[in-house]
Amino acid sequence: MNSIEFPLLDRTTQNSVISTTLNDLSNWSRLSSLWPLLYGTSCCFIEFASLIGSRFDFDRYGLVPRSSPRQADLILTAGTVTMKMAPSLVRLYEQMPEPKYVIAMGACTITGGMFSTDSYSTVRGVDKLIPVDVYLPGCPPKPEAIIDAITKLRKKISREIDEDHIRSQQENRCFTTNHKFHVERSTHTGNYNQGF
Amino acid sequence: MAQEHAHSSAVERLLNCEVPLRAQYIRVLFREITRISNHSLALTTHAMDVGASTPFLWAFEEREKLLEFYERVSGARMHASFIRPGGVAQDLPLGLCRDIDSFTQQFASRIDELEEMSTGNRIWKQRLVDIGTVTAQQAKDWGFSGVMLRGRATLKVKWWAYPSQPGVCWDSRRAAPYDVHDQSDPDVPVGTRGDRYDRYCIRIEEMRQSLRIIVQCPNQMPSGMIKADDRKLCPPSRCRMKLSMESCIHHFELYTEGFSVPAPSTYTAVEAPKGEFGVFLVSNGSNRPYRRKIRAPGSAHSQGLDSMSKHHMPADVVTIIGTQDIVSGEVDR
Repeated sequence: MNSIEFPLLDRTTQNSVISTTLNDLSNWSRLSSLWPLLYGTSCCFIEFASLIGSRFDFDRYGLVPRSSPRQADLILTAGTVTMKMAPSLVRLYEQMPEPKYVIAMGACTITGGMFSTDSYSTVRGVDKLIPVDVYLPGCPPKPEAIIDAITKLRKKISREIDEDHIRSQQENRCFTTNHKFHVERSTHTGNYNQGF
Repeated sequence: MAQEHAHSSAVERLLNCEVPLRAQYIRVLFREITRISNHSLALTTHAMDVGASTPFLWAFEEREKLLEFYERVSGARMHASFIRPGGVAQDLPLGLCRDIDSFTQQFASRIDELEEMSTGNRIWKQRLVDIGTVTAQQAKDWGFSGVMLRGRATLKVKWWAYPSQPGVCWDSRRAAPYDVHDQSDPDVPVGTRGDRYDRYCIRIEEMRQSLRIIVQCPNQMPSGMIKADDRKLCPPSRCRMKLSMESCIHHFELYTEGFSVPAPSTYTAVEAPKGEFGVFLVSNGSNRPYRRKIRAPGSAHSQGLDSMSKHHMPADVVTIIGTQDIVSGEVDR
């Protein structure tokens, strides 16, 4: 009768208390719902599309493909990046809100891949343009390999510390312009084909 | 694999090399598998652009089965590197024809399911009928090929007609038959109005015809060699290479220097799923080509986007791109 009662260890009552830190909670919520941008330039996108399909479903990891970079927090650079596409890729990356992650998918985005010897227009590796979190080799990587990369990224996110994030946010501001909006005369004249 | 086939055919034509019959049947089999795989991707991503997201999931499961065949025969799901000058790289593994047979038995119902979702659907028809119409003359002027060109003629003729008539029934497999296409006997579907709905119906019908060819091929395939016998062109098998000195020398020469191709040039085109895929190969007698130009169907089709989308709404532009089956990688390399 001298035993101390521990109501939480009693198996018949439900455990309704979880103790964690705010850091872990925010990391868990972020890694469980990484929304990738629906981005693909080349053959790797076909394997990315297989990942959206039902055999290798990536919705079970919380990934829902988004068409707009403003709503995405992961960009899987699927496909060769040419010099023509490079400014668009950088702009898409800048338009994604923080916190954002990049998986460089396929040999072309890691080092230039098969185009790294003689090509006149390929960017040799997407890390020349944007910072990369996970490098995923393959040509193209099988969907199981992409899932492995996503798992590694989730582990990486779970190790993040909030203070580092806030500090880096204040340091790495991207270039923005000041938009001055003028109200002009309406161009709506009712004609279908009109010149300016 | 259609692109590998085009390049290999160009090299073989310059070399005047004879491809064994079994290799030709294997090539045709895998080209038709490629055609089904491409159409199931093109149609259903096009459907996703239009708004129907279910066919995408259904067709990709079928595509996974086809990619498994690719992987069993060559080792890679997509970039197979299987069709090589002189034949194919390796023989079909045991059990593959049985699995292809079980695939074909259920695939026709899958096409029926896809059609059930879209073909009679009121919304689908409103979005596709009379959008992106191309006349036969416009199609020939812009250099369209494949499904884009066949979307304009009398419906489902069996015998090909030379494209001087207003309808254009042009299929490179029929007009200039290569490999064993003249022995299998597909119908060539063509459309009447030249709009997107016709092209959608043609692609569905092409999938069915490809299924017919896939059923016929393993039955008609003879046993025999799968590469040309000339060891100056096709590498010997690895066990032969380890036992015989001449095979070892041939292996070494082929994998370091390659083989030399005689001097003139050739333009060889195949009926790739997206259209006519051509390779213009100019050789100067050495082991490296002097010029190799690839004529991709997407670059001709994308030029027609402007004229096809006149007087349509912006939402139609997206779906016109889908129906042209453009791959930006081949448009702007």
